[in-house]
Amino acid sequence: MDSGTLGGIVTAISLAVFIGIVWWAYSKGNKQRFEDAGKLPFDEDTSPAQQGDKQ
Amino acid sequence: MEATTYNYKVVRQFAIMTVVWGIVGMLVGVVLAAQLIWPDLTFGIEWLSYGRLRPLHTNAVIFAFGGSGLFAVSYYIVQRTCQVRLWAEKLAAFTFWGWTAVILLAAVTLPMGYTSSKEYAELEWPIDILITLVWVAYALVFFGTIVKRKTKHIYVSNWFFGAYILTIAILHIVNSAELPVSLTKSYSAYAGVQDAMVQWWYGHNAVGFFLTTAFLGMMYYFIPKQAGRPIYSYRLSVVHFWSLNFVYMWAGPHHLQYTALPDWAQSLGMVFSLILLAPSWGGMMNGIMTLSGAWHKLRTDPILKFLITAMSFYGMSTFEGPMMSVKTVNALSHYTEWTIGHVHSGALGWVAMITIGSMYYLIPRLFGRESMYSTKLIEWHFWWSTIGVVLYIASMWIAGVAQGLMWRAANADGTLTYSFAQVLNTMYPFYGIRLLGGALFFSGMLLMAWNVWKTARMGRVVNDAAIPQAVLA
Repeated sequence: MDSGTLGGIVTAISLAVFIGIVWWAYSKGNKQRFEDAGKLPFDEDTSPAQQGDKQ
Repeated sequence: MEATTYNYKVVRQFAIMTVVWGIVGMLVGVVLAAQLIWPDLTFGIEWLSYGRLRPLHTNAVIFAFGGSGLFAVSYYIVQRTCQVRLWAEKLAAFTFWGWTAVILLAAVTLPMGYTSSKEYAELEWPIDILITLVWVAYALVFFGTIVKRKTKHIYVSNWFFGAYILTIAILHIVNSAELPVSLTKSYSAYAGVQDAMVQWWYGHNAVGFFLTTAFLGMMYYFIPKQAGRPIYSYRLSVVHFWSLNFVYMWAGPHHLQYTALPDWAQSLGMVFSLILLAPSWGGMMNGIMTLSGAWHKLRTDPILKFLITAMSFYGMSTFEGPMMSVKTVNALSHYTEWTIGHVHSGALGWVAMITIGSMYYLIPRLFGRESMYSTKLIEWHFWWSTIGVVLYIASMWIAGVAQGLMWRAANADGTLTYSFAQVLNTMYPFYGIRLLGGALFFSGMLLMAWNVWKTARMGRVVNDAAIPQAVLA
């Protein structure tokens, strides 16, 4: 197999994997889990004044 | 016993140095801009000559200012979104002192003229080894912290930081493969067009993974936090992440259009650069749309202004970049001031502004305060920076297009219409406007330094911040 064919196969696999990722990201079953993940920065929210050093 | 606090010490060290190195790096940039107008500005002192200061400027703004900013935010974000203290804190401390040592060594060796002559990788081999050690330590601390996380999901910012840390490790090791002939001199392991391709595979991906991916990690945390609402579409951020990773690696050849690089490789670089527009704009819209329903906040919050303006410049420069990679456009734009304008639209408009905005969010928290000493000064800083960038890039666009057109202009008999000196002469007014824009942007950093100083004086040093109990439970 020459390098051109190998390159073509790798490109095709990469494209398929990428389409798979898009499908996975937008599939209905994963909707809730990604919405929860998006809230992660807010799970721990407290004002800076409340979280000073322990001395 | 399990730690109940976050490590803010190393975050604070890097955050303060971000401001310091920003001032140093941008000052060198201002000097260089002035040297292009007055070549004898530094009295012919060789250490201060243009050729030696230029790599000092690029290394200082990218790796010292940008790099310290990234260390600071990645350590902060990984702790807060994984809800655990940093893993291997001694290694984290080593990354601070090691990285600072690399910067100081660069500040000494580059003016002395020690260089491997590879753009954005000029540092000689002993420093390259130190960079490698620091980077391995960085990867261990970062991924170690991810491994011991309390949360189920790994927040998207951490994916961006992870990709940046891994890719930069690979780029640095491959591109820095060199044969030392003495302590201060080495030669690249590659020759000819292979050397050029390795260099721009490195160079472009340093833009892609250092100056883009990593700062997107910053964006995906600080824009939601400052706007007080989650990212517009988390699912889009997942696709944004993977599409950048799949595409960026192949765009490097656009730096070598019309060179000895095989034609197919040049076209490949161009096509992948054009494809890059899609993920870039997807990411930009994701950031900006996070404000939908809260646009009024932009009016009163200068930190949000910094962050959102940065996204606008990200959108602009990621449109301009693919356009410039088109071979026919590149034939006009390459080697002209247009390229310099493009780089600074990304570097000042996107990278510096997202960093500055993030630091204004971060620094008060590292000193136990609700906000910076003066919000008014942030507002001033924002306008000085914005006007500075616009002056800079507009002057360089006009200068670059004029330069390109004058270089290619030919008389009926085939001779060139303009001599090189004539073209240079046309540049002077634009060099003047660029100097003004750059000086304005630099002055904004001085406002920031004053504001940070006052904030630090009024606050108290927070080395360990409590992990909120509600989260631990």
